[in-house]
Amino acid sequence: MASKVLVIAEFRGGKFKKGALECVAAASRLAPALGGGDVTALVIGGADAKAAAASLGKQGATRVLAACADWLAEFNGDAYARVAADVVRAEQPALVLVAATLDGKDVAPRVAARLDVGYAPDVTKLAVEGGKLAIARPLYAGKAYANVTLAGAPAVVSVRPNTFALLEAPGADAPVADVALAFGAGDLKSKVVAVEAAKTDKVDLTEAEVIVSGGRGLKGPEHFVLLEALAAELGATVGASRAVVDAGWRPHHDQVGQTGKTVSPNLYFAVGISGAIQHLAGMATSKCIVAVNKDKDAPIFKVADYGIVGDLFDVVPRMTDEVKKLKK
Amino acid sequence: MRIVVCIKPVPDTAARIKVHKDGARIDPDGVKFTLGPYDSRCIARAVALKGAGEVVALAAGAAAGEAEAKKRIKDALALGCDKGIFVPDPAPENRDPLAVAKALASAIQGQGGADLIFCGRQATDDQALAVGPMLATLLDLPCVTDAVGIEVTGGSARVQRAAEGRVETLEVTLPAVITGQRDIGDEQYPKLKEILAAGKKPIAEHKVEWAAAKYAVAGLVPPPEKAPGKIVGEGPDAVPALLNLLQTEAKALAL
Ligand SMILES: Cc1cc2nc3c(=O)[nH]c(=O)nc-3n(C[C@H](O)[C@H](O)[C@H](O)COP(=O)(O)OP(=O)(O)OC[C@H]3O[C@@H](n4cnc5c(N)ncnc54)[C@H](O)[C@@H]3O)c2cc1C
Ligand SMILES: Nc1ncnc2c1ncn2[C@@H]1O[C@H](COP(=O)(O)O)[C@@H](O)[C@H]1O
Repeated sequence: MASKVLVIAEFRGGKFKKGALECVAAASRLAPALGGGDVTALVIGGADAKAAAASLGKQGATRVLAACADWLAEFNGDAYARVAADVVRAEQPALVLVAATLDGKDVAPRVAARLDVGYAPDVTKLAVEGGKLAIARPLYAGKAYANVTLAGAPAVVSVRPNTFALLEAPGADAPVADVALAFGAGDLKSKVVAVEAAKTDKVDLTEAEVIVSGGRGLKGPEHFVLLEALAAELGATVGASRAVVDAGWRPHHDQVGQTGKTVSPNLYFAVGISGAIQHLAGMATSKCIVAVNKDKDAPIFKVADYGIVGDLFDVVPRMTDEVKKLKK
Repeated sequence: MRIVVCIKPVPDTAARIKVHKDGARIDPDGVKFTLGPYDSRCIARAVALKGAGEVVALAAGAAAGEAEAKKRIKDALALGCDKGIFVPDPAPENRDPLAVAKALASAIQGQGGADLIFCGRQATDDQALAVGPMLATLLDLPCVTDAVGIEVTGGSARVQRAAEGRVETLEVTLPAVITGQRDIGDEQYPKLKEILAAGKKPIAEHKVEWAAAKYAVAGLVPPPEKAPGKIVGEGPDAVPALLNLLQTEAKALAL
């Protein structure tokens, strides 16, 4: 059996996604149990991605393959999957890991389909038990967990960001080798013609370690400044319930829940959010949940680790102040 | 244009999910099924785009059972699809998305292809976000995921994709597979007249040899039990105690 783990490491906005680094770290921990220490990272992108490629060694990649060209600088699922599948065919790893970001979840199923192998999406458990991969993932919006088995080699797995920790003692840079591309931009049936970047330097919700989400209890879009202020102190990203997205107070990409983003931060603040089952679906795997709600019977308190019953308009500014004080 | 919309009956998002006593699937007892929330928005978009063509609603197997799948095809017909295709499945529980994509590919090829194929971005039961991109790969078609807008001109389409932190505009040749995000179309509620008319629209069957599963659910378990949380206190005066707990007990706050 091939023993290598190959990580398709997502590079976007001038850096590797945290989820990608987590996958490399996870791979370096898993590789010995899979029968070999070799962890290969594959970087697809433009010149900036190539320049950063060697740094993946710090999270445990033993070597990095760079499939970099100007026409691969913008994400294109059709192109990325084709490049990745070609590399996987040549490398024959036992396991292919991708961070379950939007782009990761776009590429991974296509790679699995190209190779005709099993794909486990958005897993929250990945281990080697008795020489075999043990994989679990939430189904039904987290209302059940499935233990999953995959057939065919390699197994393709996308890993929910924030599932694995980075290495505590980062290593050194890894050697980088170029991948010869078997096709060019002209062979593609799709191309990116424009990209409009969101005007924010905030960490994406799916990768944020701290999230401050607001619901209808905020009473209007203008009051989200309260959450923005708290988030700024905490280095957090602001999320929202669907009720406020539907009301047009926040953009849809801020929505957390079954029909929004699935998030798994270390710390999740639900402020003025009742805790409807569809909202819980998107954030129940958060490691620590704090609820602020004036209704002591709000369902959010059933899943919260800590709660404050009170008026958010009093509680949130106080929280911002106290955090400021603690930081001093 | 001939447009296929792939649809999957899924438990209502508010449904209580219990694991069946066989430990491998959910207990369907008392679970209300609906058309996937993204699938129905794709239908709205497809109906708006079809022009002189037709919109076909395609469902393969589905764990909800055959009768349920056909009811949901009727829902799709009431939303404006012109006909339905159902792919029977002898073992529909926890289907492998790749096997589903193969069945859908076979059905689409069997009815003469399509100019455009829609899937929901995700089914709200298995949340794989996989069937659309897999289907495109099998049919060797371009695919745009998480689409929030599409305009068709001649043999190509311009599609807006809501990516992480950015919106991309892609140009794709047709046929193509598009997976629809929420904003791909409006939520619609069929009128009684449309529901009645749906009863007269045809539903065909397309039989396939189901491919061996590459992904299997070995067991389904309820989510891990969480210890009950604590109410730290009432009002703003509880804030210092909360922050203290977050730092010392939960170790969730590093400032
Ligand atoms: C198909 C479908 C999909 C859905 N998908 C999602 C999804 O992805 N994400 C999602 O979030 N929802 C989703 N929903 C909607 C969900 O059912 C709820 O309607 C929604 O989550 C409620 O949002 P909310 O908690 O902000 O509002 P509400 O339920 O109105 O709750 C507001 C809360 O604020 C509290 N409050 C009010 N004033 C104050 C104050 N001054 N201080 C403190 N607390 C206060 C109230 O006590 C209340 O608990 C979906 C629904 C359906 C049918
Ligand atoms: N059994 C099925 N029959 C028809 N369409 C399906 C089926 N399963 C998934 N789909 C389509 O693929 C989308 C994404 O599903 P999934 O990849 O399971 O999250 C759904 O919204 C449907 O459009």
